[in-house]
Amino acid sequence: MYRLDNAQQGEKYNTIFSRTTPAQRRKRNARSRFRARFLLGLYLFLMILPIYWLINMSLQTNSEILGSMTLWPKNLTFDNYIGIFTNSSWYMGYVNSMLYVALNMLITICVALPAAYAFSRYRFIGDKHLFFWLLTNLMAPPAVFLLPYFQLYYSVGLFDTHIAVALAHCLFNIPLAIWILEGFMSSVPKEIDETAYIDGYSFPRFFIKIFIPMIRSGIGVTLFFLFMFSWVELLLARTLTATDAQPIGMIMTRTSTASGIDWGTLAAAGVLTIVPGILVVYFVRNHIAKGFALGRT
Amino acid sequence: MNNKVLNNRAWLLVLPMLVLVAFSAIIPLMTVVNYSVQDVLGPNARFFTGTEWFHSILNDSALRDAFVRQILFSLTILAIQVPLGIGIALIMPKRGWQASAVLILITLPLLIPWNVVGSIWQIFTRGDIGLMGYGLRELGINYNITRNSGDAWATIILMDVWHWTPLVAMLCYSGLRSIPEAYYQAARIDRASKWAIFRYIQLPKLTNVLVIAVLLRFMHSFMIYAEPFVLTGGGPGSSTTFLSQSLATMAIGQQDLGPSAAFSIIYFLVILLVSWVFYTTIMHMQKDKNPHGGA
Repeated sequence: MYRLDNAQQGEKYNTIFSRTTPAQRRKRNARSRFRARFLLGLYLFLMILPIYWLINMSLQTNSEILGSMTLWPKNLTFDNYIGIFTNSSWYMGYVNSMLYVALNMLITICVALPAAYAFSRYRFIGDKHLFFWLLTNLMAPPAVFLLPYFQLYYSVGLFDTHIAVALAHCLFNIPLAIWILEGFMSSVPKEIDETAYIDGYSFPRFFIKIFIPMIRSGIGVTLFFLFMFSWVELLLARTLTATDAQPIGMIMTRTSTASGIDWGTLAAAGVLTIVPGILVVYFVRNHIAKGFALGRT
Repeated sequence: MNNKVLNNRAWLLVLPMLVLVAFSAIIPLMTVVNYSVQDVLGPNARFFTGTEWFHSILNDSALRDAFVRQILFSLTILAIQVPLGIGIALIMPKRGWQASAVLILITLPLLIPWNVVGSIWQIFTRGDIGLMGYGLRELGINYNITRNSGDAWATIILMDVWHWTPLVAMLCYSGLRSIPEAYYQAARIDRASKWAIFRYIQLPKLTNVLVIAVLLRFMHSFMIYAEPFVLTGGGPGSSTTFLSQSLATMAIGQQDLGPSAAFSIIYFLVILLVSWVFYTTIMHMQKDKNPHGGA
C-alpha cells in the first residue's frame, strides 16, 4: 500500500513540476527500451554466429564446405550425423563423457551436501582454513596435476576407467559444490533445524526428509554447475584415458586424416557436444541466476 | 555468519569430502614437491638437487615471456569482459518468456567443451571456409592467424570474450535481480538520472558479485589451455603460448620431471597468492555487509 502511494505521489510530483509531460516521458522510455532491445539483439546475434556456422557446416558435405562459400546449406545432408551415430568408436565417446560426468555428479553431491551443511551451520576447529584450502583447489591449474595424476591413477590401476576421470574432476567440483550449496543453505533459517530437532528428528532423518527438499533448487543449480565444469574439461580427462573411457573431445581430434580434415564430421560432432548443455540449462532456467551468484544474492 | 554453533563433531560431516579431495589434491601435490627437488634418471637413480630446478625455471627467458604474456592476456580480457558483462546484464529482460530465452541463449557458450570452443573459432576464422576469415578477406583485410601474431592475439581475445562474458553477465544479472523494486521507485520520485541509478543503486549491489566474477575470470584465464591450443597451437612462433601450455609441453611432451615440477609449484603459488587476496576481500565485504549474521 505504502509503496503504491509513494509511486502515485511521485507521478503527481513529476507531472506538476517537470517540464516534460508524461506522454513525452513515456515516449523517451519507449525509445530507450527499444535501444536496449536492439543492443541485446545485436550481441545475441554476434554470439550465435560462430555456433550457427558450426551447425551450417555440419549439414553440408565436405565438397560443398570446401567448394564454395554458402551461408546456408544448399544441399541439406544429415550424412555427418548418421556417420557419427552408426560408428561405435564415435558415439562411444559421448557415452564415455556422459558416464564420467554422471559419476562425478553423483560422488560430488553425496560428499558435498553434508560438508556444506557443516560449513553453513557450525563453527569447528580449522573451519576457515579448511574452506580456504578447498577454494585453492578450485584455483589449481589442471596442468599442474597432469603428471602426478597420470602416475597416481596408473599405479592404483584406475588408468583408462570412467571412475578415474570422475575422481579427478572432484578436485575442482567438490569445492565448487560446497561453495554454492553453502550459500543456499545459509539462506535457510536456522530455526527450522532447531524446531526439527526439538520435534525429535534425528540428524539423518531431518537432513533427508526436511532439509534437502527445502534447498531443492539449490541442489539443481549445483548439479548444473557440476555438469558444466566436468563436461567442458578435457585436459585431465584426456590424460587419464587411452581407449576404453576416451571422451568425445579427444575422439574429435581424429577427424584429421591423410586426405585432410573431415570438416563435416568435426562440425557435426561439435554440435552434438552442445546439445546436452542446452537440455541441462533448460531444466534449471528459473533458478540459474541465483546459482551464478553462488546462492548469495 | 556469527551465530554459528561451535561443534567439533561437524568434522564428521566434512570427513568424506576431505578424504576424496585429499586423494586428488594432496598426494599429487606431494609428488610434485618430491620431483621438484630431485633429479630422476631412472627407477633407482635419483639425486637430491635442492633448489637447482627453481633457479633454472626462474632464469628461463621463454617461461618469463610466457608469464608476461599470461598477465597481459588476463588483464586484457578482464578489462573487456567486466564492463561488457555489466552492460549486457543491464539490458537483459527481467521477466516473462523472453527472460528465460535470453538466459538459455546467453549461457550457451559456457556449456561447450573448451576444445570444441577452439574448434568453432578455428573453423570460423579460417580464410577458406570460415565466415569471419572469409568476410575479412573479402573486405580487403589481410587476416591470417597462423602467420600474423597480432591477428592470433586479437582472435584469442575475441574468442575468450565470446566464451566467458556470459559468466560475468549472469553474475551481474543475478546481482541486479536482488535489488528491491522499491529502490527504483524511490529513485524515480527523486527523478534520478539513469547514470545516478546505476552509480548509487545498481553498482553498489553489484560489487559483491563482481569480486566473484573477477576472481573466477582471473583464475580461469590464468590457466587457459585447450582453447588457444586448438586455435593457434601457441603460435605463430610462441606468441600465444600461455603458462599452462608451456607446462604441459614440458611435463608431458619432454618428460622433464624436475623442472616441470618446480614450474608447477611456482605457478601454483602465484595463483594461491592472488586467490588469497580475493578471498580476504570477499570475507571482509561479507562481514561489513552482514554484521548481524545471515549470508
